[in-house]
Amino acid sequence: MSKRTLNSKGNILLKNGRIYDPFLLINEKSDLLISDGFIEEIKKDIKIKKDFDVIDCEGKIITNGFVDIHAHFREPGFEFKETLETGSTAAIHGGYTRVCTMPNTNPVIDTPELVKFIIDSSIDLPIYIHPIGAITKGQKGLELAEIGQMIQAGAVAISDDGLPLTNSQLMRYALEYSKKFGIPVINHAEDCCLVNQGTMHEGDVSLNLGLVGNPDISESTMIYRDLAIADYVGGSLHIPHVSSSKSLDVIKFFKEKGVNVSVEVTPHHLALTDKALQSYDTNAKVAPPIRSDIDRESIQNAVCSGLINCIATDHAPHSIVDKERDFNNASCGMIGLESAFGVTNKVLKDKKTVESIIDLFTINPCKIINIEPNLIMEKKLAELNIIDPNIKWEFKPSSIKSKSSNSPFVGEKLIGKVMMTINKGFCINNF
Amino acid sequence: MKKIESKHLLGLEKISKKDIETIIDVGFTFREVLERPIKKVPVLNGKNIVNLFFENSTRTKISFELAEKRLSADVTNFSASSSSVQKGETLKDTIQNIHVMKMDCVVMRHPVPGSCLQLTNYVDVPIVNAGDGTHEHPTQALLDMMSIKERFGKIEGLNIGIVGDILHSRVALSNIYGLIKMGANVKVCAPPHLLQRGIEKLGVSVCYDVDDLIDWADAINVLRIQRERMGIGLIPSTREYRTFFGITNERLARHKKELVIMHPGPINRGVEIDSEVADSDQAIILDQVLNGVAVRMSVLYLLLGSKDFE
Repeated sequence: MSKRTLNSKGNILLKNGRIYDPFLLINEKSDLLISDGFIEEIKKDIKIKKDFDVIDCEGKIITNGFVDIHAHFREPGFEFKETLETGSTAAIHGGYTRVCTMPNTNPVIDTPELVKFIIDSSIDLPIYIHPIGAITKGQKGLELAEIGQMIQAGAVAISDDGLPLTNSQLMRYALEYSKKFGIPVINHAEDCCLVNQGTMHEGDVSLNLGLVGNPDISESTMIYRDLAIADYVGGSLHIPHVSSSKSLDVIKFFKEKGVNVSVEVTPHHLALTDKALQSYDTNAKVAPPIRSDIDRESIQNAVCSGLINCIATDHAPHSIVDKERDFNNASCGMIGLESAFGVTNKVLKDKKTVESIIDLFTINPCKIINIEPNLIMEKKLAELNIIDPNIKWEFKPSSIKSKSSNSPFVGEKLIGKVMMTINKGFCINNF
Repeated sequence: MKKIESKHLLGLEKISKKDIETIIDVGFTFREVLERPIKKVPVLNGKNIVNLFFENSTRTKISFELAEKRLSADVTNFSASSSSVQKGETLKDTIQNIHVMKMDCVVMRHPVPGSCLQLTNYVDVPIVNAGDGTHEHPTQALLDMMSIKERFGKIEGLNIGIVGDILHSRVALSNIYGLIKMGANVKVCAPPHLLQRGIEKLGVSVCYDVDDLIDWADAINVLRIQRERMGIGLIPSTREYRTFFGITNERLARHKKELVIMHPGPINRGVEIDSEVADSDQAIILDQVLNGVAVRMSVLYLLLGSKDFE
């Protein structure tokens, strides 16, 4: 990817757009001039000069870059699925300027040196990568990793990713110890015994397909445990990819008690139901599974009410070899960075304002992991998106920048698209 | 010649009632062929059928092989342990390797639900499901229905019970889909934790008392208790299972009724069914085996055949 693809001098004038920066509480029509990657000027009616690339932003929103707090870039160890570079390219094409990567690589990101490796490797990439360190050494669930030093090295949260922390005492230690560092503990909430090797949601569809079901209570009971511990010892708990109505009831109960908890949902849990698996489509096989109509409705309502704080993709690239298998042996997960906004906006556009949908991708995830992007102010390095919330487009396989293309949204019509992303001096033009 | 709409036989959930009727009707014709001195017809001359078995099977495999040979097809057998498939080659690779050798039909058994449907994405020849994990085993249900029809002259309106480990049984699921479609009343009886949650939605009724089932049913299909379900907390012991769900001599004697007994085999004598019951006149277990060959001939003929036979 080349820097400053629009103009050799890097002067880009964004005309007639509406600037929305929820961090600065700005929401007004204005022009914006970017020079050499920096925001030079923000004001109405900036005069066009001859060496400017002018982008007509009429009807579009200029807002902060998106932040994904849950993605898998597979490097080190699984570079055939994705690399830091291909993942970053996919991210910026979806409007993401910052991505938190999960530690389930090989080796597992469980030391400050490995955190530093990820950060150093991403210096020249078009996005900022904020690694998430493992809670336990090797994600083995046995003893705490060097959490403090990982935070010093730049980690923003801790998680054993897809491996639930089954030892409740260790979960207590993690929540207690993390209080010193002010970072959230992210636990994949599933009771592995109740999962019972289930490969999809236990319900009417699993009954017809003869597949072993993973019931919603596998998630809600684990979330209850984690929240009860957080209620008792304090600390900050972040619940990834919530999938069920029952879990939301539990979360609501503890949130009202004042427990420090935040919640993310993926675009696929927001948009799909287990009917997506009716023809055993392994691209829709994810963990936790996509659940019933009722669960989807509850999730959509919880996003609207604010019970769910943000969207996170759980971008999980897998090669064809991982996915073109029989259903039980196919890997879990789907890519999400490039389709996240279009999928989410299509579901929510009649239920929420476009600003509050954007918040789910920007300020809300930032609050969870305590980071602040470059704001839309003069003299700041430009880190922004130009969004057309109404454009209809097809998510085509040929356009995918991720190294993998495992997604049930391929070929789907989506609504709303990031038309241009400018970050770290890179400019991606999707107009 | 008779025809069916289906291009494959993947299961009985999606197939039409008319196709099921045709398969059973033609099955009776082949049953007659099997009674002749020369039990072979030339209808699939020159066709290659591969039996792809990723899971151990004795009876189903023999039954298919015999059906194929009686139809004069050329038979290729491929067996792979499911573990080797888990480790290495994907299903797609396996099947493409076989497909380039120009097979006309694939009969597949696989431990994972949906595998036969997935196969239809990779090859364009008829696929016959010989059992896909805990999903369906359509030819077993077809032979069960053929045996019911042979005994009662009809299927519609009959009360058919299924007893055993319904949760892990592909035989049960295919029987439920097929029997309901054909107008039978179906009741399942099992330890409650060996029933799918929400199974009533398939149109069956549920009971936990096998005596209630016997009272109600015209025929019962007794499922085999899989030994591998023991020792993982699902069935406390064969003794306990027999006490509450076994089709015992004493239990049947108490009921004093005509009840037809079926079993997909192989039988665990003294566990799910007593020897005397399995060997009695009311049991049609051996008819089922013969009808199995006939109905599999019917399926293969209807999917692959191009000419009439006498």
